Amino acid sequence: MNRTHIIFVLGLLALLIAFPLAIKSDSILNLAVYVLLFVSLASSWNILGGLSGQTNLGHAAFFGAGTLATRFLWLAGWNIFPSLLAGGLLAVALALVVGIPAFRLRGVYFAIGTLALSQILYITIGNTFSMISSIPAQDLAVYQLAPRYYLCLAVALLTIGTSYALVNSRLGLGIMAVREEEDAAESLGVSALKHKLIALVLSAFFGGLTGGAFAFYHVGYYPQLPFGPEWTFDSMMMAYIGGVGTIVGPIIGAIFFVILRELLALKVAELHLVVFGTLFILVVLFMPDGFVGVWERTRKALARRR
Amino acid sequence: MLETLAQNLVFGILMGALYGLAAVGLSLVFGVTKFLNVAHGELLMLGGYASFWLFTLWSVDPFVSLPAAIVFLLVLGAIFYKLLFARMVKLNEGEKIQTTLLIGFGLSLILQNLALRFWTADTRSITTWYSGAVFAFAGVRFPLVRVASMVIAFVVVVALQLFLQRTYTGKALRATVENWEAATLMGIDIQRVYLLSFVIGAAMAGVAGALVSVGYSIEPTMGMSWTLKSLVVMVLGGLGSITGTFVGGILLGLTESATGFFLSLTYKEVVGLVLFILILIFKPQGLFGAKEG
Repeated sequence: MNRTHIIFVLGLLALLIAFPLAIKSDSILNLAVYVLLFVSLASSWNILGGLSGQTNLGHAAFFGAGTLATRFLWLAGWNIFPSLLAGGLLAVALALVVGIPAFRLRGVYFAIGTLALSQILYITIGNTFSMISSIPAQDLAVYQLAPRYYLCLAVALLTIGTSYALVNSRLGLGIMAVREEEDAAESLGVSALKHKLIALVLSAFFGGLTGGAFAFYHVGYYPQLPFGPEWTFDSMMMAYIGGVGTIVGPIIGAIFFVILRELLALKVAELHLVVFGTLFILVVLFMPDGFVGVWERTRKALARRR
Repeated sequence: MLETLAQNLVFGILMGALYGLAAVGLSLVFGVTKFLNVAHGELLMLGGYASFWLFTLWSVDPFVSLPAAIVFLLVLGAIFYKLLFARMVKLNEGEKIQTTLLIGFGLSLILQNLALRFWTADTRSITTWYSGAVFAFAGVRFPLVRVASMVIAFVVVVALQLFLQRTYTGKALRATVENWEAATLMGIDIQRVYLLSFVIGAAMAGVAGALVSVGYSIEPTMGMSWTLKSLVVMVLGGLGSITGTFVGGILLGLTESATGFFLSLTYKEVVGLVLFILILIFKPQGLFGAKEG
């Protein structure tokens, strides 16, 4: 990062912090909360799916585990921060159950294993907790959006910050080396299993934290909802459309996705997923580095012409 | 009590034959091309709707319209292959799995939501004049339609097996499974082999879907569950064995109905997935798979 970058990031941060003070509209704040939730969900998916190249089709399991633990402890009277931490840790525990056996094998096993895990939880939680989970009336009376916004912002910044630190660390280089060429990395003494597991643990932890933030934010939902496959698929599409394996990509993808969804919801409610599916396929086929890659190439081409 | 159990298990076997059929299609495509088409369940759904609309609009008997459903899926499979999958042929195995997984996922999202938009979320099934026909044996009921479906599934799988064993093209397909580079050097046109196995896989999904729409019911969102079941069965049968995969399907059907009987109906959908994770942990080469070198 050079000086202009730092100034830009600090300015953006100040804007994000001042946002709830300036904007009083609840609907816009709600939208901002969703953008932040998806920024951290897509970024956390990206740590494993993008940086280490292991396609995780069950991120909803980690997100859902986070909501479950955090919501339970928080409504039982715990402070929100240890509740969040518990949510993140539960997600990590789950991740290891599938991750350790699946990473010993190559190929399809991890993708199917994570998808299977999340569907098991989706169905089981739906059967076990069939009642809606609501914030009690006395808490609802003092419910405010701004603290939710700040918590989501903090989780998003933590996820992005960790991804950034990871990419610039020796550990992160190892993770990306395993993605590029597993055998070559192994031959240079980089343990593929270890690096994949580290990426998995980080990804699951921040997925769980995001779930915790959702549990703190949402007034009333069925406990099954956050385990739904759409949470996985949406965050995966965001990461790819924005630029998978980059830090900025999932952020741009999430903003783009949520805003486009709002716009499309007004016109072609049922078809917005058809639009996203098509866009996603086009990105995978023709611009595998997403918006970020297109932007980089355009910039370089312009610079060369000058 | 015992009769109820027997009845449950019979239903499980009848259902399992369709799981087997769907999984054999997926497994054939994966074995030959290393394409993991996670839109397999959506292709099955389309086969079901093809059969349903032919019956509802023109009252074509679902068993008579089976060839039409097959042709529909062959054409659709060829279009999807040419449009989306053909360009993956040159990638290495890991990239192939990864990229086709993503493409298949996008495709399933599109197909599912188009089906929701145009055919609504309603659950549909075909009711013919013989739908209620049942024959009983030792107190256990065998619904005619489901038994016929099982027989058809079996015939299709045997036909595929014979095709792979006896014909030149079938041998080319098997050679590609063994070693695609050597197969290319022997003059096998890899693009044609890939296309062929992809459309055969799609057609098998189509047959399975059409049979599901007669004996059971279909809806636009059914694809995911069928894809997962096919994947589970494919791994259960140990990738690459057709007979193993078909038997794996029947085993899944049996396990599901036993779970429904002994535990609770609500966990029927989960048991296959739990089985998959257990196999992943304890016996990764699959139940019938050969040990890897």
